[in-house]
Amino acid sequence: MLDETDRKIIQATQAGLPLTPEPYQTIAEQLGLTANDVMMRLSAMQNSGIIRRIGAVPNHYKLGYRFNGMTVWNIPDEFIDELGQKVGQLQFVSHCYHRPRHPPEWMYNLFAMVHGKTQQAVDEQIQQISALLGEYNLGCDVLYSTKILKKTGFRTTA
Amino acid sequence: MDKIDKQIINALQDGFPICDAPYRRVAAQLGLAEQELIDRLQALLANGVLTRFGPLYNAEQMGGALTLAAVKAPVERFDEIVAIINAFPEVAHNYARSHELNMWFVIATETPERIQQTIHAIEQATGLTVYNMPKIKEYFVNLKLEA
Repeated sequence: MLDETDRKIIQATQAGLPLTPEPYQTIAEQLGLTANDVMMRLSAMQNSGIIRRIGAVPNHYKLGYRFNGMTVWNIPDEFIDELGQKVGQLQFVSHCYHRPRHPPEWMYNLFAMVHGKTQQAVDEQIQQISALLGEYNLGCDVLYSTKILKKTGFRTTA
Repeated sequence: MDKIDKQIINALQDGFPICDAPYRRVAAQLGLAEQELIDRLQALLANGVLTRFGPLYNAEQMGGALTLAAVKAPVERFDEIVAIINAFPEVAHNYARSHELNMWFVIATETPERIQQTIHAIEQATGLTVYNMPKIKEYFVNLKLEA
């Protein structure tokens, strides 16, 4: 469980890590803690999965990945976990989720994000997913992102 | 963005150490000076090549909640709808997408109840139906975008 000190560390770091030679010391000074305490708590949060990882998040577009497709598939519910795991393991899939349908307008329940520098690269990726799903693919669509309208990441005020 | 920037981006997608002088350690692995790594990171963040650098928190593990939602924004009201939706602090990401459901956004809140409240507030403010698509299950992935 998170205590108040953990939450203070989360608040202090959710916008990013300080770009100082000793960033954990910098955070510790802001919060009146020791660097050791900050590091131990961050490690614990990383081990428990509260922190997915510490690292960099690139803007896909700026790296040349201009074709970012949200592929959506209609899969029979009884097969979705088995197939979802397989799709998630494909090298080029960045996110893979089972989500609810909204019938009749939205029949897709498996979402897989793919990213490519060319349309052809993405088309080939979609073909691979389609081949993997085979007869269990009851319908699909690809929604390309045309613009990032907002990207701030998760913020907490707790 | 040069070759060194690309090396930095690739290396830092894998993770970042928790130690007294982590930039010095990563810089040494990349054959850079500590200050050069810090300066380049600063520039990559300033020009938007990196959208974030730091701990990536899992909202659900913190007792919070996340969902993916979409609306059909009429073309003539598109910019207005963007402004309304983006003004919600609970909206973390928002993307325009090529579909009749043309605006897709992630709502992140501190409690599951706040998700429903936020969706309701967005419907009130926009007059649009919000299609809520919370994840039922997340399948493991391990992608890194090669810079």
